[in-house]
Amino acid sequence: MRVIEHPILDELKDQKKVTLYYNGEPVEAVEGEPVAAALMNAGIRVFRTTAKRHEPRGIFCAIGRCTDCMMIVDGIPNTRTCVTPVRDGMRVEKQEGLAPLKPQA
Amino acid sequence: MREIITDVAIVGAGSAGLSAAYQAASAGADVLVIDENARPGGQLFKQIHKFFGSKEHQAGTRGFVIGEQLLDKVEKSGAKVLLDSLVYGLLPDKSMGVISKGQNYSVKAKKIIIASGAKENYMAFPGSTLPGVMGAGAAQTMINVNRVLPGERILMVGSGNVGLIVSYQLMQAGAEVVGIVEGAPKIGGYGVHAGKIRRAGVPIYVGHTVERVFGKEEVEGAQIVAVDDKWNKIPGTEKTFDVDTVCLAVGLNPMTELVWMAGCQFDFIPSFGGHVPLHDENMETTVEGVYVAGDVTGVEEASSAMEEGNMAGVAAAEALGYLEHEEAERRKQEIRGRLNTLRSGMFGAGRRSAKEKQLEDMKSYLAAHKRTAAEQKEEVFFA
Ligand SMILES: Cc1cc2nc3c(=O)[nH]c(=O)nc-3n(C[C@H](O)[C@H](O)[C@H](O)COP(=O)(O)OP(=O)(O)OC[C@H]3O[C@@H](n4cnc5c(N)ncnc54)[C@H](O)[C@@H]3O)c2cc1C
Ligand code: FES
Repeated sequence: MRVIEHPILDELKDQKKVTLYYNGEPVEAVEGEPVAAALMNAGIRVFRTTAKRHEPRGIFCAIGRCTDCMMIVDGIPNTRTCVTPVRDGMRVEKQEGLAPLKPQA
Repeated sequence: MREIITDVAIVGAGSAGLSAAYQAASAGADVLVIDENARPGGQLFKQIHKFFGSKEHQAGTRGFVIGEQLLDKVEKSGAKVLLDSLVYGLLPDKSMGVISKGQNYSVKAKKIIIASGAKENYMAFPGSTLPGVMGAGAAQTMINVNRVLPGERILMVGSGNVGLIVSYQLMQAGAEVVGIVEGAPKIGGYGVHAGKIRRAGVPIYVGHTVERVFGKEEVEGAQIVAVDDKWNKIPGTEKTFDVDTVCLAVGLNPMTELVWMAGCQFDFIPSFGGHVPLHDENMETTVEGVYVAGDVTGVEEASSAMEEGNMAGVAAAEALGYLEHEEAERRKQEIRGRLNTLRSGMFGAGRRSAKEKQLEDMKSYLAAHKRTAAEQKEEVFFA
């Protein structure tokens, strides 16, 4: 859920809306915001599962320090989504365990 | 690998790093600030509360406004700020490995200022890894910077200033805070902040801890329990809350990895968050030309981080010959005065004595050893 009106901060407006694809499904996002924020706004909080026990993980620190929020972004696994800005058309996938590194073209 | 050469390289564009950059660059040094984020400011822009302290600390001004003023000063000073760039290593010859937008760089500097900040502590209990359990600072980042609510019904763990401030800010953003849990028998933070929370009708459960967090895939509820003065749980005192988010405000610890890599000596000061680098009055560590400032030297708050940054910036500029000794001394004197004011009073006095210990330990270290020179270190390194 977006925080639009706020008693101290300016009202949120003039944001450029773009679309990212979460597991293939379109999700509305604001250009340049962290991928994790866009997903959280859409109510998605489980970002990956752990390698051994397959336990769910979401964000913990939101500033790039804990690696809990890693997902596969545009084919690149282990991407910290809390410090990765959204671009239009970005493909974001939930990461199951240690996703294999795909050779880059 | 491309090479960048500069007088002063600063890791981190937070309160401390930006202040250091402003001081060194306005004295005439060639300054490069490196930060891995897309925007500068570190933790400042999420701090929407009014700052404490005296007039010269801009008391009464909100953190993000201070951040904007600081950015403006840095821009005018001529310091360069390299964003989206991670410092992944620091060699004894003071060259840094930097990855910037997919490109690898080697940054060589005469002086390095490490102002990398701190990270939030974690606390383990059944369910503590479930999505929806997050740092209070993470929630603060989400609501105030990204403008997204991390949840609708929230339980806060920890009643220090961060726990109290973030609870209030979560309410300002439209969430419901069902309560604050505090293990100690009394509230940790300032009375002013606690008063605001209480007036808003949020109960503060002192002498309680988290028993468990429920949920299959994400947080669906939480249970707390009272503890006695030896922190033993008291059976029968459990309370259950219907919440979707649990925030942990249980302290911060300094991000010291690069400082360790540089070969600096450390102190252990629990109230500062654990291991903190030894440094002198100039913020210089035991390795010549490597300075530290802000949370990485011991977790305090934004105002003191800025002053430590100012100090490191002035000292580095002086060491490079950009400031005459008298002028540098005059500026340092002013900064020391402001730091002393910040580290006084009921909550500041503890930080002052911790800082005094750190400075004392540095003196004893220097009395027994020579400060490591960069070249000397290199020989050892490659021997
Ligand atoms: C999440 C969080 C919330 C906080 N909220 C409050 C609050 O509400 N009130 C309060 O008084 N204090 C708060 N603090 C405490 C903090 O002491 C101060 O707010 C102050 O901002 C610290 O300034 P700093 O410059 O030392 O660190 P920071 O502001 O954290 O700046 C450090 C910067 O360095 C960058 N960095 C670190 N390592 C690298 C690297 N290797 N390469 C590139 N960049 C790097 C970081 O990404 C960051 O931008 C908070 C701290 C955190 C972590
Ligand atoms: S949530 Fe910690 S690295 Fe992203």
